[in-house]
Amino acid sequence: MSPGTFVQLTGPNGSGKTSLLRILCGLLTPAEGKISWKGADIRSLAEEYVAQVTYLGHRHGIKDELSAVENLRISNALNGVSVSKERAAEALGQMGLAGRESLPARMLSEGQRRRAGLARLLVCDTKLWLLDEVLTSLDKGAVSLVRSLIENHVAGGGIAIVATHQDLELPAGHTKRLELTT
Amino acid sequence: MLRWIVWRDLMLAWRRRADMLSTVFFFVIVVSLFPLGIGPETQLLRTIAPGVVWVAALLASMLSLGRLFANDYQDGTLEQLLLTPQPLFLVVLGKTLAHWIVAELPLVLIAPLVGVQFDLSRETLWILFVSLLVGTPVLSLIGSVGAALTLGLRGGGVLISLLVLPLYIPALIFGAGAVEASVMGTSPSAHLSLLGAFAIVSLLFSPWATAAALRISLE
Repeated sequence: MSPGTFVQLTGPNGSGKTSLLRILCGLLTPAEGKISWKGADIRSLAEEYVAQVTYLGHRHGIKDELSAVENLRISNALNGVSVSKERAAEALGQMGLAGRESLPARMLSEGQRRRAGLARLLVCDTKLWLLDEVLTSLDKGAVSLVRSLIENHVAGGGIAIVATHQDLELPAGHTKRLELTT
Repeated sequence: MLRWIVWRDLMLAWRRRADMLSTVFFFVIVVSLFPLGIGPETQLLRTIAPGVVWVAALLASMLSLGRLFANDYQDGTLEQLLLTPQPLFLVVLGKTLAHWIVAELPLVLIAPLVGVQFDLSRETLWILFVSLLVGTPVLSLIGSVGAALTLGLRGGGVLISLLVLPLYIPALIFGAGAVEASVMGTSPSAHLSLLGAFAIVSLLFSPWATAAALRISLE
């Protein structure tokens, strides 16, 4: 897979989209075969590889007790990227959470929590994005926002692998489609 | 990095203070039940005090261990922690340290106070405090292995107790032994040294064991 590729993973429920993404980010060990990053096995690269990857699972990865800003700042700090309060609030504003960034996340709706999780894509500087069903419970506006985020990322030489049932319709030439079957 | 993990967990604990307080109250009540049940027999109370306080501390830590990874597991943040570009044992060490500060340190601080009910001398109360200070990190460290192994299992709480309590026995023997020695008027230093050695050994091994267990639990 070369830089600037977008792959849309499709397939019926239970066909292994999530498993594939979890294998790609190193959470799961493949039964056979191996995943290589720039020619080296990701098992041997370990932290060096993980630093290049942003994985968003279908669970939000948002702490209910923390506000959206705190969630964003802490998850980035743990990934070695320090984000100022202003930058975090700005990113959340871009995701349509302006005015709600300091509320505890448990007060947010499902879609807003998803948006708060997706705000990480705005502030991270990783090469490989692995997104698992991130479009569920998002409205049309948010979906097109995510689409443009992925578009920019891919145009900037990044790789995005997205498992979704919705059609993301990126400009032709970029998109590869990988359909899994049971 | 370690700082961020600890800070995050402390903040989360602060936002859910009730959980923290319930552990402390449990400890205080269990320890207080014994003098109330036995009555004012000071000699007997002094003899059983070390064991009672230490056993209560072990049981109290059972209450909080279940939450060590379970909450993070449920909302998906544990996956994200596994995917941070840091060695996993550092993440584990941070979380264990935060657990000790939140769940064990209050017990250590309050133990000399509840120990007064057992008619212990000032010096013995001091030894009780020191033995818990040295010994409770063992509870967090070994407990984290059990918490990681039982992650996502139904009835995990009971299973943690069955897994972890037997491993606490050396800490219990040396910790209570130190206090007992002080009650008898002999030097507790041998017991404390052994307890310290046990703490160092568990510091060296359990973060790795917990990290490995977490990887297995999340597959």
